[in-house]
Amino acid sequence: MGREVVRKRLTEVFRDVFDDDSIVLTDNTTANDIEAWDSLEHISLISAVEKEFRMRFTMKEVSGMKNVGEMISIVAERAKK
Amino acid sequence: MLEELRFPFDSDMIMLSKKKLLRKLKESESGGIPLRIAVFGGSTTSDIVKVLELFLRDRGIIPTFWESEYNMYFNDAVFPSEELISFKPELAFIHTSYRNIEETPDVLESENSVGEKLSREYSRFERMWDSISEKFGCPIIQNNFELPPQRLLGNREAGCSYGMVDFITRLNERLYGYAKTHKGFYIHDINYLAASYGLYKWHEERHWHMYKYALSVDAIPTFAYSLSKIICSVLGRNKKVIALDLDNTLWGGVIGDDGQAGIEIGNETSVGQSFLRLQKYLKEFKKLGVLLTVCSKNDPENALEGLNHPDGVLRPEDFACIKANWDEKWRNLEETARELNLLPESIVFVDDNPAERAIVRAQLPEVTVLDFDTPEECIMAIDGCGFFETTNLSEDDSRRAEMYRENAERAALEKQFASYEDFLASLEMRAQITDFEPVHIPRITQLTNKSNQFNLTTKRFTQEEMERTAKSPEYIRLCGRLTDKFGDNGIVSVVIGKTDGEKLHMELWLMSCRVLKRKMEYAMLNELVDSAKKRGIKEIFGYYLPTKKNGMVKELYGEFGFEKVSEDENQTVWKLDVEGFEPIETQIKVNEGE
Repeated sequence: MGREVVRKRLTEVFRDVFDDDSIVLTDNTTANDIEAWDSLEHISLISAVEKEFRMRFTMKEVSGMKNVGEMISIVAERAKK
Repeated sequence: MLEELRFPFDSDMIMLSKKKLLRKLKESESGGIPLRIAVFGGSTTSDIVKVLELFLRDRGIIPTFWESEYNMYFNDAVFPSEELISFKPELAFIHTSYRNIEETPDVLESENSVGEKLSREYSRFERMWDSISEKFGCPIIQNNFELPPQRLLGNREAGCSYGMVDFITRLNERLYGYAKTHKGFYIHDINYLAASYGLYKWHEERHWHMYKYALSVDAIPTFAYSLSKIICSVLGRNKKVIALDLDNTLWGGVIGDDGQAGIEIGNETSVGQSFLRLQKYLKEFKKLGVLLTVCSKNDPENALEGLNHPDGVLRPEDFACIKANWDEKWRNLEETARELNLLPESIVFVDDNPAERAIVRAQLPEVTVLDFDTPEECIMAIDGCGFFETTNLSEDDSRRAEMYRENAERAALEKQFASYEDFLASLEMRAQITDFEPVHIPRITQLTNKSNQFNLTTKRFTQEEMERTAKSPEYIRLCGRLTDKFGDNGIVSVVIGKTDGEKLHMELWLMSCRVLKRKMEYAMLNELVDSAKKRGIKEIFGYYLPTKKNGMVKELYGEFGFEKVSEDENQTVWKLDVEGFEPIETQIKVNEGE
């Protein structure tokens, strides 16, 4: 799956989870750029991304992802639909 | 109620959009019962609390939460912090799971030794409950223990003293023992919940290892909804009526076309059996104080013919009200509510026809409509929705259906008398109007929290607040019980006034609509003024706080002979001069022995 397709769908997931339609994702976006993105919301976010792309992150990936760009790479490689 | 939160809901959608849903709920809210909930978590609780808030707000309860630090549930319960003390919890929820069992049995451990572990484990919990009761006096909801996903000994885990399944089962039994002997202690049955959800799906090990959630994040809405059922029930937010369609809902076929011999009900066919099962299930609800009514497009004689089918179990007399005609169903539901003196929001509508359901949803959105196709699904829909969750079953509850039938008899009698006063006199009414007795506090609280129409201030109380009010010398309190020749209506009216020197301010005045037009409100007034006089009160101030539902008592204090002091959109204030008050005549004999 292409990175831009993933980014577009990922943006929708972020907007739903954080209830904020102004969110725009770049590869460099991190939790510091989105006010509501704390460790607790991270859980909902990961779950929602897994649902959207019908895939699962490994535990290592969840704790290791540094920015949205890395998330897009993992999803682009493994997304089921 | 929000469409998105209606049972059976889409859990993934709720987890994804919970922020948006909370915003939507807050936007459409008009008041509600505030409730302070302390959450003692043996694992992560943050999303549980967030989703629980959605379901509670959807049912008119506005929660605020205090959450214990991660896994500090025991310390926080036994040695509460200043912060928790000043939070003043009105409800405590202990979120523990099998993962919080500290001492588990070892393979081949002696029965005695395992028994001691079990006792130590139980004592730890009992100590928490006792401490919470003593310090906060609030209701406690405690998860029982679910089964773990893996079984070292396989099937032998059950029925062997060192098996974990056996250990958990016995520990749960100890919990149930406490529940049986302690009022205000409720088991949240996650053992059932995990089993019905699917034990493997429930235990998502990743979510435990990564986030310390004791259940899969996907299961949180299921969990929170189940928990919300107990809370809604404790706060008296249950529904009261199941309004039932007939053809293809209570039996297979159309009675008007097929005739009594043609409809399917009873043990003759598999389809007939499934409808019989549903009828038996529904009949049990009468014992819980839930009213059954009929709402069917049928000629009345055909409806009765169907309900008198020899192989069915629901009979015409099982229904508080039968609407069988060709009017719109939503009009019949409105009519049913009016006849039973209830609000449409108390009704759950059960109809196999999706078109009828859609019309009722659109025309009468206060009524809850269940979705199902077959009788088996119908049972699951009623069972799962939790609108009739039973926490405090009082004798009044089990008598409710009877009370409504008695009301119907009274209505029939009314027609035989020349004047309404003659009719009232013929009822031989007797009332006990007294201060609050401790044994009546649960019923007083229940009535206070569910009365919407004949309720001047719509002030809500937790049981603990009611107990405090009952003990405080500042208040004048009355509760009234009304009996007549048809039966005992139970406690039907509650009045609370706060004294301030020679003034009395009425904080609460409410009455069950079951006894409207019996002059019970005047009997309460007479007693109140009498009590006030004895306390040296000169003036009584009455307050009417308008809501969407209490329009019927807007002028009540005026009818009582109070004079209006002020009126604006928020409240009307009335005043009564105690000296000049003449008792109002009623046909009720008050406090004349038992």
